[in-house]
Order: sequence, then structure tokens, then C-alpha cells
Amino acid sequence: MAAVNDGARSQAASRSEAAAPGVDNIVEVRSITKFYGLDVHALDSVDLDCPRGEMTTLLGPSGCGKTTLLKIIAGLLAPSAGEVRVNGRPVTRPGPERAFVFQDFALLPWATVLRNVAFGLELRGDARAGREERAHHYIAEVGLSGFETKFPHELSGGMRQRVGLARALAVDADVLLMDEPFSAVDEQTRRKFQEDLLRLLDVERKTVIFVTHSIEEAVYLSDRIVILSPRPGRIQQIIRPEISRDISPDDIRRDRGYIDTVEEIWGNLRKYLE
Amino acid sequence: MTVLGYRIPPVYSLLIWIALWELVGQKEWAFIIPPFSGVIDKLADLVARPDFQAAALQTFESFVVGMTAAIVAGIAIGFAMGRNRTADQILGMWVNVFASAPLSSLVPVLMLLFGIGQTTIIVTVFLFAVWIIALDTYAGVRHVSSSLDEMAQSFSASRWQLYSKILFWAALPEILAGIRMGLIRAVKGIVIGQLLVSVVAFGRLFRTFSDNFQFEEFWALTLILFVFALGFSSLIGWAEKRVEYYAGSRI
Repeated sequence: MAAVNDGARSQAASRSEAAAPGVDNIVEVRSITKFYGLDVHALDSVDLDCPRGEMTTLLGPSGCGKTTLLKIIAGLLAPSAGEVRVNGRPVTRPGPERAFVFQDFALLPWATVLRNVAFGLELRGDARAGREERAHHYIAEVGLSGFETKFPHELSGGMRQRVGLARALAVDADVLLMDEPFSAVDEQTRRKFQEDLLRLLDVERKTVIFVTHSIEEAVYLSDRIVILSPRPGRIQQIIRPEISRDISPDDIRRDRGYIDTVEEIWGNLRKYLE
Repeated sequence: MTVLGYRIPPVYSLLIWIALWELVGQKEWAFIIPPFSGVIDKLADLVARPDFQAAALQTFESFVVGMTAAIVAGIAIGFAMGRNRTADQILGMWVNVFASAPLSSLVPVLMLLFGIGQTTIIVTVFLFAVWIIALDTYAGVRHVSSSLDEMAQSFSASRWQLYSKILFWAALPEILAGIRMGLIRAVKGIVIGQLLVSVVAFGRLFRTFSDNFQFEEFWALTLILFVFALGFSSLIGWAEKRVEYYAGSRI
């Protein structure tokens, strides 16, 4: 089946989902198109809604524009056409209701873990005592208690990203935007981190938009998986993994629904590699 | 250095050179090289002389004023070039030309412009130091990872916060390296400037000593300048060490 037809169908599907009554969509993406220069058509008329409190994953082959879309939602990139609304207000620049977690962590190498975690609050102008108290809380939340006075170069990749996550949580944004946060982290650390992230989000009740190129990661973490086609990126399919979240992490990875969803997505994406 | 299989610490190699100098001096093999012990003797006398003290003070003053201006201007130029394409296009070529140009040839022109006196020396110090500081700052600013920039934006940092809390610190290792190189060039600049103007401060002393074949005083003065340059450069080196812990780990 041609990708274009697929795209048209699932966009129609996502629109009807948006129109469904009673769904509170905190992030609404409307006909977003992005060109880099004259030649590179990164995104083509993308429509997407992200329900409040859910984790939506953007998944697709490399170069499909998933990070571009995330940065447009963040207000870090301007779209060539279209509009993003967060809490009903159009996005023109970054705002306090959104926080970004970077692929390469983007920590200050000259600052301690404590200052890094408090840095969003420092930029906002919070008083030192208040912001450090909040930072201590989130350092504990991400499991880094005892590392407050360490510098980023003294931490492993996984621990650095925990600092990045704590910094994003500390500013108390409604929406967390995570750009391949685990891609620079080794496999074992990554699994542990994924489990911890789910536990943390259970407590924090955030809306998360998560970019990844790992099918397993997407299925394991997400309430909704948005599959993008290769450049120009279009929404090709939206999948809701049918997995019970009440079972243990190990059981999830052995769950029939989990394995089937991974296979379904793989079957869908492999055609782009041939 | 190793001699006959023994490792000799650097400080001893210095002692060996000094011993060699003393030997050449004692044997009177070259009339411009007096014994090291004689130079040290004269050094003590020289430091006590009022004309030396006045010259040292004046030199130090020109150095500090010129160097401060060069640091401020160099960092500003480097940031402008690193963050702004237009500034880079307008300034880039000139900064590169001046950084590699033989600036000593400009000193006579500066004398015409600023007169024979301290102003010319200050301008010389400034011109010798400023370009390399600008170039190194530029390199440092360009080296800052774009995700730190985006991180600042994502937390709605103001332009001032971006520069003072992120870019300056991220570029600091390169800025300090530039300042250290600038300092070394400025010492050259001050000596060349004073020699060419020759009626001010150390320039006059150098001229007097060499004209009167007072080579012990001449070398004593040279030693003092060496120590001065070395001292300043180690001070910056120490500051560089303080940022070393993150200089290599920046992404």
C-alpha cells in the first residue's frame, strides 16, 4: 500500500479522534509544514493531537522529521506553515508550560548536579533557597540523591540524562518534550531508566511527547505511538498499544500485546528500508 | 631530560644553563655575556634605583591599561564575530590580518598619531594583544554546543542570561588561552614599543645600558622582564587549570 494513502487515512483518523467529545487535547498540531532552505521538505502538513496526561511517542525512520516536529512544538523552530497550540494558545516561542529534555543532555559542564537541576528555575529568577529545595526534591525523584555536588563529567551517561530529566521536571511544566533521551545511554541503563520514567510519570502526571527510533522503547513506554513516514514526514499511522500497565516491567516485555505491537510496527516500517 | 639514564627534573636543567652562562662569563669568551653572578649583583642594585622604579611603574601601568582594554575589546569582538554572521564577515578578515601582521612596523605610525610617550605604549600593548584574544574567543564561542543554546531558549533565558550564564563560561577555556597568548604578545609589544620610542621607561634604560656597554645591567633588566612575563603567564595558566575540569568534557 502506498505511504501517501496510508497517511491520508490516518490523518483522517486522527482528526476524528480530535473531534471526539470529552478528550482534552493539551497539544494541538495543525497542518505543520517545514522546509529547510528550498530543497529539504522535512514535514508535510502534519496534524496531531496529544491528550492531556498521556505519553505520545513520535516514531519513524531517521530523517523523517520527528525531532523537527518536537522542536516546533517546543517553539525552538518556526514552522514554514501551520500552527501549534498548547493549552489552546498558539506557540511562537518556548514557554513555561513546556520543558525539553535533550538528546545530548545539554548540561552545564562547569556546574554541579544541584545547580544544573535548578538551572531552569535560576533562569526564571527564583530565589536560591527555593530553587535548591525544589532541585533537591527532583534529584531524589530521579534517584540521584548524594550526587548533588558532583559535576556532569563525573557521572555516567544515564545519570547525566537523569539530571536533564530532573531539570525539566523542576520547572513544573505541563508538557515534557523528550528528544531521543536514551539514545546516548547503554542498553541496560536504558531499560532501567525506562522503568523509572514510567514510575515517575505515574506520580507526576505529565503529558509527554517522546521522540525515539526504537520500536521496543516506543511500545514499552507509550499510550499512543505516532508513526511518521520518511521525508517529507507525514503521519502514517497512530497505534495504541493494548498492554496492561498493571503488570511488572518484565512481564510487559513478555506480554502478547507488547510483542504483537512491536511486530506490527516493524512490519509497517521495514518497507522503508527496502 | 635524561642524562646517562637518570631523569633530571626541569629545574636542574635550568641550573645547568645558568652554570654554563657563568662559565662563559668567567672565561670572558664573549664580551656581551658577563657572568651570571655579576648580573644578579647588578639586578639587586638596579631594583633599588629610582629611575628603574619609575620605569617599572610606568611600564606596569601601560601594560595593565593596554591589556585590560585588549581583554575587554578582544572578548567583545570575539563574541560579536562568533554570534553574528554580519560581524563575522565584516571583522573576520581584519582580525586575522592583524593577528598575523608584523605590528612592530606600525609603532612609528602610532608615534605620529599618539605622540612620543605613554599613550603610544598603551596603544602598542593593546594592538599586540587584542587580535589573538578576539580570535580565541571567537573559536570558543563557535565551539559552544548548539543544544546549550536551545536549552537556554527552552527555559526562556534572556539574551543577557544566555551570554553571562552560558556562553561566557562555555567559551572561558578558549578565552583564557587567548588572554595568555595576548599577554605574551603584549610583553613583546611593550618592549618593542619602548625600544622604538626609546625615551620612555625601560626603553630608555635599555638604550642607555647598551650604548654604554653596561651588559650586566642590560641582562639584569632582560631577566626582570622575563620573570614578569613568566609570572603573568603562569597566573593565567593557573586560572586555566581551574577550568580544566570541564574544558575537555564540553559537548
